[in-house]
Amino acid sequence: MAISREEIIHIAKLADLNLSETEIEKYTKDMQEILEFANTINNVNTEGMNETIAANEKSNVLRKDEVVDFGNRDILLQNAPSQDEGMFRIPKVIN
Amino acid sequence: MVRDDYEVVIGLEVHCELSTKTKIFCSCSTEFGGEPNTHCCPICMAMPGTLPVLNEKVVEYAVKAGLATNCSIEKNSKNDRKNYFYPDSPKAYQISQFDKPLCYDGYVTIQTDEGEKQIRIERIHIEEDAGKLNHDEYGRGTFVDLNRAGVPLIEVVSKPDMRSSAEVEAYMRKLKSIFEYIEISDCKMEQGSLRADVNVSVRKKGAKEFGTRTEMKNMNSFRNIVRAIDYEAERQIEELEKGNKILQESLRWDEISGRTFSMRDKEDAQDYRYFPEPDLVAIKLSDEYIENIRKSLPELPESRKKRYIEDYELTEKAANFVVASKYYSNLFEEATKICNNPKTVGNMIMSDIARILNEREEEPDALKFTGKELGELVSLIDKGTISSAIAKKVLEELFNEVKMPSKIIEEKGWVQISDESAIKEVVMKILENNQQSVADYKAGKDKALGFLVGQAMKETKGKANPQLLNKLFLEELKK
Repeated sequence: MAISREEIIHIAKLADLNLSETEIEKYTKDMQEILEFANTINNVNTEGMNETIAANEKSNVLRKDEVVDFGNRDILLQNAPSQDEGMFRIPKVIN
Repeated sequence: MVRDDYEVVIGLEVHCELSTKTKIFCSCSTEFGGEPNTHCCPICMAMPGTLPVLNEKVVEYAVKAGLATNCSIEKNSKNDRKNYFYPDSPKAYQISQFDKPLCYDGYVTIQTDEGEKQIRIERIHIEEDAGKLNHDEYGRGTFVDLNRAGVPLIEVVSKPDMRSSAEVEAYMRKLKSIFEYIEISDCKMEQGSLRADVNVSVRKKGAKEFGTRTEMKNMNSFRNIVRAIDYEAERQIEELEKGNKILQESLRWDEISGRTFSMRDKEDAQDYRYFPEPDLVAIKLSDEYIENIRKSLPELPESRKKRYIEDYELTEKAANFVVASKYYSNLFEEATKICNNPKTVGNMIMSDIARILNEREEEPDALKFTGKELGELVSLIDKGTISSAIAKKVLEELFNEVKMPSKIIEEKGWVQISDESAIKEVVMKILENNQQSVADYKAGKDKALGFLVGQAMKETKGKANPQLLNKLFLEELKK
């Protein structure tokens, strides 16, 4: 299982990262090692085992449908770099 | 209309906001409107360290939707993470479902010009809605309101089974009607609680392969969906006829110009890197849970229609019309219980009530009066208290103000006079004052009777029972 330089560039783009040439090289190598490590799990014999659909065994952790009003907009907005009229203000987004 | 040698193929992804009180993963209110960012908390604002907890009603409502649309229910379901960057999604991912949607393999039946047709449903899954971006017209930037972020949605994905804009409208109306019956959504399209992504392609008739499709996102009115499909199908055919290829892309429908425009989105960006949501556990549903929900479903339109035709002797046309909306259907049942005259009630809904709603550009959910008022109104016609012409006037009044019809006709003085002695008094007076007409009638001029009846009607402002009036005049004139 080998990862290509192009794949690293693609992943970086999806993650909105700008990588320098040296970073691309470094991450291609690092990612290769990560994949090889993760590949260990592919070699485990799972025959006869039930399919796992979540990371842990629990299921149905659910909430009742009852409103709890957080009630403090100022706290929610306080760390925003810019805000106006109770909203986050961000650079113009073209639709 | 689309050219005869081509066929349009349409598939829909319908998003429907569920009418739970709280959001899908936190306890914030889902109420529409409200000051910006007041229905928010650290969870739906994606503050670091917060964790989602699934709302049990969301699962219940989605299963209801699945059962009401003939779907199978996934007993081992889960949530998945769909990654994308857009400022209306504070987490930079949407919690959705990928390979284990709660419901799959269903269908709904629609009425077409060629009869009934089944539109298959591939899947129904649960996910969270995004926030709202307000674009500032003065160029001061974009303003983010996250009240809607985390409102629960179901996405209903159809198979590409529709072949015209009319079928798409029928399908959307059917889904809307079902979701209203089972009360999982208010389905208010103008508020965006029901909206659709529409996939359109065309192909030569008889072709086996589908053509390349384009997608129009977030369409939220029947009229625009129909117009957009008709336009887009024409456009694609023209392109193909010119020898051009259709590009697979997202289009924006512009309702003012009536055209679609390319959104020029980066093709390679459609890589959402779905993976199982690590912050949530599996959703496991027992047979018992599913059966209990099945039992809790109200009677659905198909079954109501059958009953209206068999038990109430409605025509198929009237039955289809009435069951198309929960609001009509409930009105019909309640009114019929009171007046025991399903035919007249059905006709009034189909002709008068639908006409008035149409004139007011409203949908049946805007009806304020109930079967109580409509039932009494029909009873009043049946008892001869009012004529059907007066009943139409009462109906108009009911749209302005909800009052019992008996009260309206009393206040307006619209009660038909059927008291024989009162009418006789009027008859005697008219005969007394129109000796010449009496003489004319006796001389064989039958028309004179019409004149006398007309005078009596004038005297009573049109409220005299016409049959009674005629009868009494004839009796007196024969003396």
